[in-house]
Amino acid sequence: MSFLTYLINGLSLGSIYAIIALGYTMVYGIAKMLNFAHGDFIMVGCYIIFSVSGAIGGGSTMGVILSVILSVVLCSLLGITTEFIAYRPLRGAASPLAVLITAIGVSYLLENVALLIFGADVKSFSSVITWQGLSFADGQLRIQGVTIVTIVVSLVILICLQLFINKTKQGQAMLAVAEDKGAATLMGINVNKTIMLTFAIGSALAAVAGALLCSAYPNLSPYVGAMPGIKAFVAAVLGGIGSIPGAMIGGLVLGIVEILSKTYISSQLSDAIVFGILVIVLIVKPTGILGKVIQEKV
Amino acid sequence: MRIDKKTKDNLITYGIVVAAFLLIQVLASTGHLSSHMKGLLVPMTYYAIIAVALNLCVGILGELSIGHCGFMCIGAFTSAFFSKLTEETLPGGLRFFLAFVIGIGFAALFGFLIGIPVLRLKGDYLAIVTLAFGEIIKNVLNAFYIGYDSKGFHFSMKSQMDLGLEPDGDTVINGAMGIMGTPHDAGFTVGIIVLLISLMVVLNLINSRDGRAIMAIRDNYIAAEASGINVTRYKMMAFTISAAIAGAAGVIYSHNITTLTASSQYFGYNASIMILVYVVLGGIGNIRGSVIAACILYLLPELLRGLNKYRMLIYSIVLIVMMIVNWSPKVIEWRKRTFGNLGIKKKI
Amino acid sequence: MALLNVTNLSISFGGLRAVDDFNMTIEKGELYGLIGPNGAGKTTVFNLLTGVYKPNEGIIKLDDEDITRKNTIEINHAGIARTFQNIRLFKQMSVIDNVKVGLSERFKYSTLEGILHVGRYRKVEKQMDDEAMRLLKVFDLDGERETLASNLPYGKQRKLEIARAMATDPKLLLLDEPAAGMNPNETKELMETIALVRKEFDMTILLIEHDMKLVSGICEKLTVLNFGKVLCQGETKEVLSNPEVIKAYLGG
Repeated sequence: MSFLTYLINGLSLGSIYAIIALGYTMVYGIAKMLNFAHGDFIMVGCYIIFSVSGAIGGGSTMGVILSVILSVVLCSLLGITTEFIAYRPLRGAASPLAVLITAIGVSYLLENVALLIFGADVKSFSSVITWQGLSFADGQLRIQGVTIVTIVVSLVILICLQLFINKTKQGQAMLAVAEDKGAATLMGINVNKTIMLTFAIGSALAAVAGALLCSAYPNLSPYVGAMPGIKAFVAAVLGGIGSIPGAMIGGLVLGIVEILSKTYISSQLSDAIVFGILVIVLIVKPTGILGKVIQEKV
Repeated sequence: MRIDKKTKDNLITYGIVVAAFLLIQVLASTGHLSSHMKGLLVPMTYYAIIAVALNLCVGILGELSIGHCGFMCIGAFTSAFFSKLTEETLPGGLRFFLAFVIGIGFAALFGFLIGIPVLRLKGDYLAIVTLAFGEIIKNVLNAFYIGYDSKGFHFSMKSQMDLGLEPDGDTVINGAMGIMGTPHDAGFTVGIIVLLISLMVVLNLINSRDGRAIMAIRDNYIAAEASGINVTRYKMMAFTISAAIAGAAGVIYSHNITTLTASSQYFGYNASIMILVYVVLGGIGNIRGSVIAACILYLLPELLRGLNKYRMLIYSIVLIVMMIVNWSPKVIEWRKRTFGNLGIKKKI
Repeated sequence: MALLNVTNLSISFGGLRAVDDFNMTIEKGELYGLIGPNGAGKTTVFNLLTGVYKPNEGIIKLDDEDITRKNTIEINHAGIARTFQNIRLFKQMSVIDNVKVGLSERFKYSTLEGILHVGRYRKVEKQMDDEAMRLLKVFDLDGERETLASNLPYGKQRKLEIARAMATDPKLLLLDEPAAGMNPNETKELMETIALVRKEFDMTILLIEHDMKLVSGICEKLTVLNFGKVLCQGETKEVLSNPEVIKAYLGG
């Protein structure tokens, strides 16, 4: 029974990674940039929920819903603003490293603004999910409410994203921009708008992931998003970067491996094992589990 | 003797380093250097060294690595381990020399072994795997225990207790507590000498057969292959040399501090990214630029200490603004229109 | 004895036979043209000859040595050098360094000598410089030795690519559409360069071309490829008057 509990916990953590990885993979696929600041949007989202629910008195269902919605909206706006001010001017720069370093600058900026406003001390985050969860087999298997909600939310997001990309005009525009910016422009697609929309969605997903992450692990600090951000990036690469189902699979694999290795092998070595999995997968399949192989034409 | 442009360029680079060294020595001996500033000198040298190493990988080989501090970590731990063991048996100079050779040797070995799988990958995939290896090295060292007693060496991945040492046994690497009391063999002068050697290795390499082959692969690996260049061999060579130099930075680091731990601050991906920032702002492929950028950017937050909590905020804004000013195609065009080509140095 | 002997060469991508039962013999010193409409498989033949693709069937012999299964690097060492349809220079390197990369398998010193600039380094570098300058003179590029390759005008980039290929001291030179994207003046100059290379180095050349004028002007022999198959082969004049070739080119 305990194995099952750990497995479900892993699935839940993996779902959070998956939601972050979806944002990562969309931004990478469409804007062709590693947004190193993506993890910090999680942190921003958490602090927004923390502040809003603190101001209006947390605990009430309405307050929670309001704070989450506000966090999602503000993170979206932050994503759009960041893209407009910091990333867009560097589109078409001589080296792809330019925008990568700028993203690192944005990451430092967000962390230090949070540090100035909220201080370095760890804040205790009160879960946005108050439901106690379910109990099976005479209480031997208990699944927490936040675990169930996380898994369900990630599945809903995955399905919605797939539908959005495959069934809507904007989604198709995203695919076109991902494939070839120049050709997309010629087809009358507004590339700037499409990339902006991508950032809005990616950042909104980061806010959702933040709410879930801090509900499951309620310690809030300015650096709370950094490591999950990196892990989610690893998940996106593991699944095949640019692929939406890939990000989901990568996230789940990573979460399960992390929790199980923490439990059964060594808590100190769990990160090494997680990164080791990535190395092994990429050695066997250099473009990730669901990645496309693109060969350069001679 | 006629000195060509490249040789002249290299001499200027060495000259800058030597001049800076002499200037600092004069300032120090006349008492114009605060003890706080003195404490920053050695870090400046090892950051400059690892920036040179990373620029060899990113700028000359053209492969993005965000795990170079992992090699620094290997160099730091293997050399400190040796120095700790031989602290009482070997004289200082010889001990440090051997520690140095061991440090760069192991860093090169790891560079070679990690290079085999990593260099098969391309672009961002390669970057994330170097990050992964950097984190793995750091993580494993944090769970690494080794000690010795009359029966010889004991090793564990669990805890210090698990070593089962005799009461008079010595723990050398104590997991997350790292290595305590490594002899202080590396000062500013040693750091400068190692920096000069690293510069010489990289600058000479660039102006040699092998260096041209490496840059040819960076510019167009298909054409390099068609010109008979063994792409795998030269990629491995550049990566291994780069790892070895990063290891040298680690040797300086570990022989300048009292307690060596595999902390994220020094050896995590964030540290590797900080070095990457030095390399990019100094100019990708511009070795001299890396040294200058590493020194300035390392000092900048330290000099901003007066601004206390705002310093990292200012640093991050400066970073973003500098990137946009230096790299945005629109800004570059605007600068050209407004100022002409005057005063804009061409990036190599 | 023939310098290049290709027999029954075939390759398929998926279900498509891109090159089908291709045969060709090039004698030493010949200037040979490979022509055909777009998508006929000309560049695929080049990629097979240089080991970029491995054929499903067939044998490629250079100077009686079987090079069919060798990789690109080994084939270059065996004596085939090439240029590319879309120019592939080492853009961030100087003109002379581009050529010196081509020379690096012929002029050697150890890595350690290179890092320390000792031993054979100075002597061999001097030899490389001299040899590179000799080549650059032939291509009229000696005035631009320190220019970055990417800063050269288009026509000179083409020339530099040929110079780099010649630096590997090949037995056979493959030129993939050398006149692509050139104006008539540049094309004319290029024809002169090719003629010069042939004379100066006594070189055997196989070139892919679209420009019929260029082909008929300088090639002695032609192979016409259509839909991956050899349509016609032989002396230039005969081939160009062959009704099937005219049909393939003019449609109808």
